[in-house]
Amino acid sequence: MSAAAAPNAEVITFTEAYSRALHDAMEMDSSVIMLGEDIADEEGGGVFKVTKGLSTKFGNRVRTTPISEQAIVGAAVGASLAGFRPVAEIMLMNFITVPMDQIVNHAAKLRFMSGGQTHVPITIRTRTGAGAGTGGQHSDMLEAWFAHVAGIKVVVPSTPADAYGLLLSCIFDDDPCLFIEDQLTRTQTGPVPEKGLRVPLGKAHVARSGTDVSVVGYGRPIRDAMVLADKLSGEGISVEVVDLRTVSPLDAETVLKSVAKTGRAVVVHEAPRSFGAGAEIVARIQEHLFGQLRAPVLRVASRDVTVPFARVLEQEYLYKASGIEAAIRQTLEWRAPR
Amino acid sequence: MSASQTFTPAALLAVYRKARLINLVDERFRVLLRSGRLAAVYYSPRGQEILAAAMGVHLEARDYLVTTYRGIHDQLAKGIPLRPLFAEYYAKATGACKGKGGPMHITHPETGVMVTTGVVGSGLPIANGLAWASQLKRDGRVTLVTFGDGASNIGAFHEALNLAALWKLPVIFLCQNNLYGECTKYEKATSVANVAERAAAYSMAGVTVNGNDPEAMWLASGAAVARARAGEGPTLIEAKTFRFMGHYFGDPGAYIPKAEYQAALERDPMPACRAAVLVSGASTEAELAAYDAEIEARIDDALQYAADSPPPEAQEIERDIYGAAA
Ligand SMILES: Cc1ncc(C[n+]2csc(CCOP(=O)(O)OP(=O)(O)O)c2C)c(N)n1
Ligand SMILES: [Mg+2]
Repeated sequence: MSAAAAPNAEVITFTEAYSRALHDAMEMDSSVIMLGEDIADEEGGGVFKVTKGLSTKFGNRVRTTPISEQAIVGAAVGASLAGFRPVAEIMLMNFITVPMDQIVNHAAKLRFMSGGQTHVPITIRTRTGAGAGTGGQHSDMLEAWFAHVAGIKVVVPSTPADAYGLLLSCIFDDDPCLFIEDQLTRTQTGPVPEKGLRVPLGKAHVARSGTDVSVVGYGRPIRDAMVLADKLSGEGISVEVVDLRTVSPLDAETVLKSVAKTGRAVVVHEAPRSFGAGAEIVARIQEHLFGQLRAPVLRVASRDVTVPFARVLEQEYLYKASGIEAAIRQTLEWRAPR
Repeated sequence: MSASQTFTPAALLAVYRKARLINLVDERFRVLLRSGRLAAVYYSPRGQEILAAAMGVHLEARDYLVTTYRGIHDQLAKGIPLRPLFAEYYAKATGACKGKGGPMHITHPETGVMVTTGVVGSGLPIANGLAWASQLKRDGRVTLVTFGDGASNIGAFHEALNLAALWKLPVIFLCQNNLYGECTKYEKATSVANVAERAAAYSMAGVTVNGNDPEAMWLASGAAVARARAGEGPTLIEAKTFRFMGHYFGDPGAYIPKAEYQAALERDPMPACRAAVLVSGASTEAELAAYDAEIEARIDDALQYAADSPPPEAQEIERDIYGAAA
């Protein structure tokens, strides 16, 4: 069982971190149940092997479903109303368009519409990300759609330890959480999390402190920003990296505190630029810190196009670490026009 | 049954020729993938050639096709030319979709290949729309939509069947039941023994056939096309088959019991069809060998074309998001 693999290793992959969180949650609490396509061991433990071993250990609490995303999310919602903490897997984020009604009209809103009588403690795990050559229907980052709906929490980890702690928090949270796993970095590693240690939802994390410019974002580009921050420190540029961890609800307080200190901000995400989560972050910054900003707040994101198949075009589509670096320099070099 | 619905040796040969084209293209692609000369996610149709070919011979170029990621057999059976098809797999500017869609989204309206989707079940409602257009225009076209057994469990399947039956649309729902959806066995995901039983719930003609049997598949396809062409409504055909190469190229297929796989392999429809052609007298060994050589030459040509073609230029990313401003 992969969740128990190499317990003494110093690092684990993202995939192992997800696996462990699922395993530990199921072990800790018998109300945690799981459903999704191919997730049981008879089917290989999930196409991405995240749920490997769980059905063998936990039996009928882990169920392979037909290819029926509406039925998957609907059943999760229903079981949650009756006291369970279902974890539903939607194999890839593009397929979440299929159960949109269940998520947006029901999971997100039942607590509010019932006047607090019912609530929906489900976690939807899904996976996505461009760069693997899978084209227009298998790569989209759609987190902003869900962040735009009140009542659902949207989580994107940037390290394996965070992935573990955030996923645990999602599962034990009393509201619906959308947990987004990055397809491209799934085999990258990081320090092993402490068993059972939850990372709080709705709280951003200053992953690196600095004084010249704040890079604010979540997920894959945060990993790029950390590397860049190291590199730029060699030139005497001090970069603060704010990892949101939870996209929504947004921890504006931590973001504003950081930008108030540095006076400059570069907002990053993998999703396309226009109408992305970055726009909300930039808006918050200028609403609160207009007088303290030393440069316009910049965004680095992917292009506003369909994710193309050809590698050359896919690379054109994707945000680039070099773009983050250029934006950092631009904010530092900016001079107010006279 | 009309004369055209009698399965003659000539009909058998026509099915075989289409199936063999699919078979040889698929074999070549797998060689290229294995050696790293082609880099793409590939969903092999190996084992499902006959059903696509037996349907394809009944269709006209102007008829519409909606297929899936596992669609190269359907596309070839529909008549898509090799050059733009291969160039798309190679992500070239000369590809059917300029390298922007890729293998999972092959589109070639000239040969009626209207939509290839990577999302399970999404093709069925779209096929209804194409068929509705034909009904409105009275253009006599038939729309074929193909999908897997797994797709019959998604809501879109049920909505589409109901609407098609209600509106008597000229559409054929071809469920290619290869007994697995990714790693999940048919029985574990589907409440009925045969997908075609679901047609009854929508007052639609439904038939389960051995999709690997050229005659059975040819007859069922012919009847469905005739029904649609005559304005008598849709048909759900469930073609039982098997996929030999797993879900995607490289899938170890550990979830398939060895005995089941071995038994299926012994019933491999390609050698069986070839033998039947020879027995029928429709063709000789020498003629079939010559046909293979001709196909291999066409494959060589298309590969060379793909290799020689340039990749899309960077600006291509900005094109085709919207049409020209009105
Ligand atoms: C809505 C949706 N859910 C899940 C997937 C992932 N997926 C791709 S192919 C596939 C299996 C489909 O099985 P089936 O319909 O039997 O077709 P086959 O691949 O066997 O031809 C799955 C689950 C998807 N593409 N779309
Ligand atoms: Mg199938």
